[in-house]
Amino acid sequence: MDMNRRELLVGVGKFIILSGSARAALNGDTETYNMAEHWWGMTIDVSKCIGCGNCVRACAAENGVPKGYFRTWVERYQVNGGDMEHPRVDSPDGGFNGFPPRGPSNAKSFFVPKLCNHCADSPCVQSCPVGATFDSPDGVVLVDEKYCVGCRYCIQACPYGCRYLHPTKHTADKCTLCYHRITKGLTTACCEACPTGARKLADLKNPADPVHEFLRDNNVQILKPQMATRAKVYYKDLDGAVR
Amino acid sequence: MAPGVQGFMYPNEVELQWSVLIVLYPYITGLVAGAFILASLSRIFNIAAVKPIYRLSLLTALAFLLVAPLPLQLHLGHPERSFEMYLTPHKTSAMAMFGFVYLWYLLVVLLTEIWLDYRGDIVRLAESRRGPMKWIYAALTLGSYNVSPESRRIDDRVGWAVTLIGIPSAFLLHGYVGFIFGSVKANPWWSTPLMPIVFLFSAMVSGIAAVLVIYQAITRIRGREADMACLDTVAKYLFYVFIVDFSLEMLDLVHRTYESNESFRALDFMVHTRLFFSQIVLQIYLGTLLPIALLAVTQVVKLRAPVRRVLYSTAASLTLTGILAMRWNVVIGGQLFSKSFLGYTTYKMEFATREGLLPAIALMILPFPILWVLLKLLPPWEEQKAT
Repeated sequence: MDMNRRELLVGVGKFIILSGSARAALNGDTETYNMAEHWWGMTIDVSKCIGCGNCVRACAAENGVPKGYFRTWVERYQVNGGDMEHPRVDSPDGGFNGFPPRGPSNAKSFFVPKLCNHCADSPCVQSCPVGATFDSPDGVVLVDEKYCVGCRYCIQACPYGCRYLHPTKHTADKCTLCYHRITKGLTTACCEACPTGARKLADLKNPADPVHEFLRDNNVQILKPQMATRAKVYYKDLDGAVR
Repeated sequence: MAPGVQGFMYPNEVELQWSVLIVLYPYITGLVAGAFILASLSRIFNIAAVKPIYRLSLLTALAFLLVAPLPLQLHLGHPERSFEMYLTPHKTSAMAMFGFVYLWYLLVVLLTEIWLDYRGDIVRLAESRRGPMKWIYAALTLGSYNVSPESRRIDDRVGWAVTLIGIPSAFLLHGYVGFIFGSVKANPWWSTPLMPIVFLFSAMVSGIAAVLVIYQAITRIRGREADMACLDTVAKYLFYVFIVDFSLEMLDLVHRTYESNESFRALDFMVHTRLFFSQIVLQIYLGTLLPIALLAVTQVVKLRAPVRRVLYSTAASLTLTGILAMRWNVVIGGQLFSKSFLGYTTYKMEFATREGLLPAIALMILPFPILWVLLKLLPPWEEQKAT
């Protein structure tokens, strides 16, 4: 093949540019990720959750969550008639292995997946004495495990029970909203594993994200709104008995 | 269901995060603040009857203050990083200020006041002692050997000013500890604006009781007679402050009961079950009502001095037990129920582990050898005082 020097240089240039783009596209290059363009949360359709525990297992596998601790878990509620203040709730192993059947009952029964609410005004961030727990600019509450002193004040401050002290790292640990995945254009492990699409990652800054339609067209609630944490996990048709 | 759990807990809540060591933290800082406030008030208001325990109160406060950060250090997952709180404090965190409040209180208030008050004695001892003790006292003089009447008068005036600053500082130290708990909105057992006030008054109660016990024990060990006028006055303070403290706690209880908000059933259940012994029996009956009744008897009935002494010692010891139970009920009790208000867990105290009972006992004993060293180094006895 005849090729002069000019053609060779242009060809090499094209190869470099194209191979770089291809690699970025394939690997989800985090260098192209702009934190300012995102504001992450999650939507949960309670009526779609079947309590299979896939999300809990996927989260544990993806994030190496130690046994007995939970970045996400599923609760089963049974509400008898109008007794909203005394629902019967269980979450065996956080729903890791699903739920054993209960006997026949007239009670209303449903599952509620839980995870860190990535609150915009999070009490855990406020309470951390060294700033190891922080809000990322794209709305995810994260813990710097190299900085956390392990005082556990954040665990006390979380109204939702989403935090724990990692038994071997001795630092606070919690859901990161699979930050290592979402910054590469992927969804969270729990959302990916959910067989019914009950959980969906939401980017509130993306005008094309279905979250806007979800929030507009449904009865949506957050957990413990009285805590004024500006939680960003939005539940569709959440029963008033849920804590 | 996990063992020890009743009803429903969020899965991460089953394990308690703050152990018996965190019970000691407010207990010890309370003793510090209370002992200091007792000493300071007597100085500021120039109450002659309390003079015999002025210095002892300061040294007691120092002995306990030196131990105060240790339970926190032992509790931290990464104690080697605790210095970060000084270097990069997170300004929105109630806890981040502890180190600064502690250092302020230790260095600016307590050590300064003790040094100014003892300077005459230190110089005298530095000049009269021989051997290593001479060097220790020489170091404690910080190079200042001027004990002229004018210099001592300045010491006294500066000391008075430090004491004046010290009183709000002591209030800050323990009110702040109360705020650490009271500002946790997620926890209804803790979240009340009364918490810093209740902590403060309970601190004064425990500090006064501690000095009452320690003073009597030390005078007995030294084979001396306790100053009855001093004991009577201190016991009277204890009685009055205790009534204010108890009223505040009852106000909190009545308010919670009458309001009966969403958390009330869970908290009420806890008080009648898991916390019954520590709250109702130890804290309220044995640790509050009984000592108040004993002190009330000494206030209204004329009793002989030996009887009064026994009643004071008994009341003060019960008070110390009651306040320890109160700290337990706040710290441990606040973690025994689920934030869902649907279940309860159990605290399984370990024994010979980092956060177990053994280190807790060791930490409660530790201030006493420290106090013994301080008493040897800086005798607080009136008869040895330099002018």
